[in-house]
Amino acid sequence: MAVDTPSQSVAKAAGDSVARGRSRGTGKPRGAAKRSLSTHWYAWAMVAPVIVVIAVIIGYPLIRGIYLSLTDANERNVARSIGVNEIPATYEFVGLDNYTEALTGSQFLATLGWTLVWTVSCVALTFALGLALANILNRKIAGRSAYRLMLILPWAVPGFVSVFAWRFLYNQDNGLLNKILAGGGIDAVPWLNDPTWAKFSVILVNVWLGVPFMMVALLGGLQSIPSEMYEAAEMDGANAWQRFRHITMPGLRSVSTTVILLSTIWTFNMFPVIFLLTRGGPGEATQILVTQAYKFSFEVSPRDFAQSSTWGVLILVLLMLFAAVYRRVLRKQGEVW
Amino acid sequence: MTTTTPTRRVGTTTPAHRANTPVRGRRSPLASVALHLTLITASVIAVFPVLWVLLTSLKPAEFAITTDFVKETTLENYTNLLRDTPFLTWFGNSLLVASLTTVVGVFISATTGYAVSRFRFPGKRGLMWTLLITQMFPVAVLIVPIYNIMSSMGLLNEPAGLVITYLTIAVPFCAWMMKGFFDTIPREIDESGYVDGLTPFGTFWRLILPLAKPGIAVTAFYSFITAWGEVAYASAFMVGDENLTLAGGLQKFVNQYGAQWGPMAAASVLIAVPAALVFLFAQRHLVTGMSAGAVKG
Repeated sequence: MAVDTPSQSVAKAAGDSVARGRSRGTGKPRGAAKRSLSTHWYAWAMVAPVIVVIAVIIGYPLIRGIYLSLTDANERNVARSIGVNEIPATYEFVGLDNYTEALTGSQFLATLGWTLVWTVSCVALTFALGLALANILNRKIAGRSAYRLMLILPWAVPGFVSVFAWRFLYNQDNGLLNKILAGGGIDAVPWLNDPTWAKFSVILVNVWLGVPFMMVALLGGLQSIPSEMYEAAEMDGANAWQRFRHITMPGLRSVSTTVILLSTIWTFNMFPVIFLLTRGGPGEATQILVTQAYKFSFEVSPRDFAQSSTWGVLILVLLMLFAAVYRRVLRKQGEVW
Repeated sequence: MTTTTPTRRVGTTTPAHRANTPVRGRRSPLASVALHLTLITASVIAVFPVLWVLLTSLKPAEFAITTDFVKETTLENYTNLLRDTPFLTWFGNSLLVASLTTVVGVFISATTGYAVSRFRFPGKRGLMWTLLITQMFPVAVLIVPIYNIMSSMGLLNEPAGLVITYLTIAVPFCAWMMKGFFDTIPREIDESGYVDGLTPFGTFWRLILPLAKPGIAVTAFYSFITAWGEVAYASAFMVGDENLTLAGGLQKFVNQYGAQWGPMAAASVLIAVPAALVFLFAQRHLVTGMSAGAVKG
């Protein structure tokens, strides 16, 4: 919790030369160093809770995860207690064996391939749909707030409820989707039971879940573009496409880059949709890296902590590389954060 | 999608008379129809799965898988759920965890966002990066180590354990959002606070926070939804009927009673209602809050 002690020092913002108002009665001139120290003290006090929580809950597990990925730990050789007997850990350090195994084996690469397809298609589709809807909602149109409310609904309903709803709709024998198709004389589609259809289905659900966030963020961005710019462009005879291309797109740059980065990271690690919709099946067809790593830890026997951690570390490395490259590309285009 | 009328900012303080200046670029009726059709289609797609669950929950359980929209409307699914299962207990647990996460999460994100927005201090860049990286580390891999930490602290099966875990999910994103939001509030306001002898924390608490309501609404909404709907940790950390949250309870429900769609649908509706309420409360601010937060990245 941030500290709220009345300190005597008043950190003055740089550049405010004459302090008006009540005299503070100290009268001592403060050195710049001391002033900066007091400011830092406040800043650090304010961020301390975050630092502590992250260090304990993310930092330690992260280091432990990296360590486990360099061993052959699994359910049978970690320290555990059976009744009153403490069994010490017997797993051994194996260096980078897990990594070579993952990177040369077919399973990791195949899963990575599908994960990339999944991430790119989900992000591209949600962004395109979110942009389209945001543009429509940003205009004068009857019933705008009602539309907006309905369109944000998928975001407001808890994910596992939505996924349950979709499973219900996808159900091969009794699901509504197949009933509708049957009404049109089309054979039932094995939405979740055929590898290709299952991939299509999970992407569809994730896009359905993800559009509202994109739409709201982009709508906010659109509303921060001054309307005078559009008016001026119209006076100068720019047509609708030109206005979109030269005013809307540049105006949305900063929002877009942020939401694309975030949603790429989230989609890459999207656990609940896959886990609850298909459990990674049929076979391992829809298993993305995260769900597969979870499976190693919880669903195979013996539970394979080492391999799970290895995949986790690889996921982290991939995403960090992505973020670094992404930032570099943005910087080249003159965007800085 | 293209724009044919000059778009207006919503909520600007310009007098309304100016709003109708451009006579050019009026939308043709055809374009209006197309726009409405697009929106109606999108809205139906957005609402339908949720609506379908609601309709299903109102049918007798044996008709759950029929495709009639309405059939012998009854509340029996709800009464069975509340009478025969510990649903209310789970509901209470979820409410407790989500509320705590929201209150603490908003507070922590706000202070962090403010510090990063206003002060230059050693470690600032590193902190921003750390916040982003925590978003990258997969839940699936953190679960086992976090489980061990929680059990050594005696926080397993305690709401506090889940709250702390959810904070690590919600706070990084919220702090980023809040930073962007504070960036849009003029610094002169802080300076006037210092001139009046307020401490930096006093300035933040009395002057800046009240101005940041939309940002707070967004972070509150996000924290609540995160905690309310989280499945993986909730299933791993909580055992025993009296400690389960809704996400965990619902899973148990499926396994125990087979896929009984009727009661499941009723449970889903009852779970969705509080989330929708929080959302209704926050949604007026969502757009402004998101824009301010995300614009500055």
